[in-house]
Amino acid sequence: MSGERGALSVTDRKLTRVRLPFVIGQVVVLIGLLIAGLGPLLWLLKAAISPTQDSIRSPLAWFPSGEVQWQNLSTAWQQGHIGYYLGNTAIIAAGTAFTSLIVCTTAGYVLSVLRPRWGPLLSAGILATLFVPHIVSLVPLYLTVLKVPVLHANLTNTFWAVWLPPAASAFNVLIVKRFFDGIPREYFEAARIDGAGSIRVFTSLVLPLSRPILGVVVLLSIISSWKDYLWPLLVLTNPDLQPVSVALPKIAKVTELNIQLAGLFLALLIPVALFLVFQRAFLRGVGLSGGIKA
Amino acid sequence: MPSSGAELPTTTTTRPTGVPVTRRAAGARRRLNRLHLQRVRNGLPAVAFAVPVLLIFLVFSWGPIVRGLVMSLQQTNLIDPVKWVGLENFRYVLTDPAVGQASLNTLWFTLLALLFGFPVPVLLAMFLSELRGKSWLYSTLAYLPVITPPVVAILLWRFFYDPSPSGMFNTILGAVGLGPFPWLDSPSSAMPSIVLEATWAGAGNAVIIYLAALTSVRADLYEAAELDGAGVGRRVWHVMLPHLRGVLLLMLLLQVIGTMQLFTEPLLFTGGGPQGSTMTILLLIYNYAFVNGDYGAATALSVLLALALAVLSAGFQFATRGWSTE
Repeated sequence: MSGERGALSVTDRKLTRVRLPFVIGQVVVLIGLLIAGLGPLLWLLKAAISPTQDSIRSPLAWFPSGEVQWQNLSTAWQQGHIGYYLGNTAIIAAGTAFTSLIVCTTAGYVLSVLRPRWGPLLSAGILATLFVPHIVSLVPLYLTVLKVPVLHANLTNTFWAVWLPPAASAFNVLIVKRFFDGIPREYFEAARIDGAGSIRVFTSLVLPLSRPILGVVVLLSIISSWKDYLWPLLVLTNPDLQPVSVALPKIAKVTELNIQLAGLFLALLIPVALFLVFQRAFLRGVGLSGGIKA
Repeated sequence: MPSSGAELPTTTTTRPTGVPVTRRAAGARRRLNRLHLQRVRNGLPAVAFAVPVLLIFLVFSWGPIVRGLVMSLQQTNLIDPVKWVGLENFRYVLTDPAVGQASLNTLWFTLLALLFGFPVPVLLAMFLSELRGKSWLYSTLAYLPVITPPVVAILLWRFFYDPSPSGMFNTILGAVGLGPFPWLDSPSSAMPSIVLEATWAGAGNAVIIYLAALTSVRADLYEAAELDGAGVGRRVWHVMLPHLRGVLLLMLLLQVIGTMQLFTEPLLFTGGGPQGSTMTILLLIYNYAFVNGDYGAATALSVLLALALAVLSAGFQFATRGWSTE
């Protein structure tokens, strides 16, 4: 990283007329980000364990009635079935990550390492989908899942309906292929000379070397399927299979506010925890997506 | 990735042109070579490894895109047999007054989102890039709203937008003597309220992308500018901003394309109301297809929106040709 300095030089930073506004700016921006980023989260934590009337009457006061309702969290978990729906979300996210991984690693291997003659054609076909807005295929995709061509299977109300379509991600294929492109060709030649076949090269050379990018793909697909709402709403109409994002608006309609807010807090906890643990990989993945788009 | 209209890589096969006399021999050799090449490069492993991507893209990407185009010319409701109706769906959609209203609402949202949502992340990223070591704390905070699932964020903000004087935002603004505002309850303020939430939810992503672009500015560019007597302001203007130009143009286009496909927010905040003031094109497509069961009209409107986006991005690329120096 060439970031030893920015627009401000070391000498600039010592000048009072630069330093003072810069420090004040830092404090202001930090406070702003604390309020915007962490504020809603902390407020939600407070509201999740407050009585309904406290949150409605004076949302900014510190437990005005003096009552702390820890039981809201367990009520939301058990009676609101938040735990159950979170389980569904986790199954959906894990399955999506798995199918995405299979598709983008094998595709990246074909396009970057095996390079068949029809490779450019496949590559162009995948790239082309980047330029078609998703909206064109929303309705036909729904009908496809309703009745898969050739197989005539109905995938709605099975997890396959949410596991398979996100795997057709040109973006994932692209970042994985680019990463594979960076592996020195000599490795493959050496492996071939040692008698390794294509499968062996894939499993014992390419995959272990590309762990960082695979981590990025897994994280990004988990988060995007965790955030998804419209698609699971359409294809998972059976409440027993629905993820928490689809269940929450329904719960919001029939439950008291304090339980509702406790449910929101529980649904938010896991993505935030995941993010804080894997923060570095996350931010790198997002920065990477900017690099691809540019 | 919603984006459209850019040029696609084309595949061209160039073959050496043979001299007439030796054409046959050369042809035979070429065939042999090709056979050999095929065995090496088109071998079974490549085909086998391509099976997952081919199947998945055929069924869930290429297929539906083609089917969407075909369906816009048909009448389908899954019960009656499919009927070809030519441009009837397009005629129906274009004469539906709801489409005009939804288009205006969507454009209004796009404009507001650009005004509020575009400059903030740029300025923030430029500032954060100067922090160097400490910027991780700031980026983490800025990214927290992005990690919040949209449904959670919307339900939470719906509570914040409580129009009574004791609502969250009205309490805060009331402390400085403003309000109470009706937020989502009035046709004039419902859309700006949605823009506010959407900006909060999306800004962090843009910040990280700009920040990644800015860390790649070479330090010697700043040093050279400084030696030439450029102050901080001119270093920002002549070194930092030009470096961001490519990413900025692209993010601008992506943001417009993204905001034109607004859906979850109006559905969960307002359901399109009050008085249709937050009915967007995507919400209308959803209603056509999954409320009315009119798949033809839904796909026709989708195709129209996609065309508009394609024209927009082609025009944008044309207009900014030569600006982006990557």
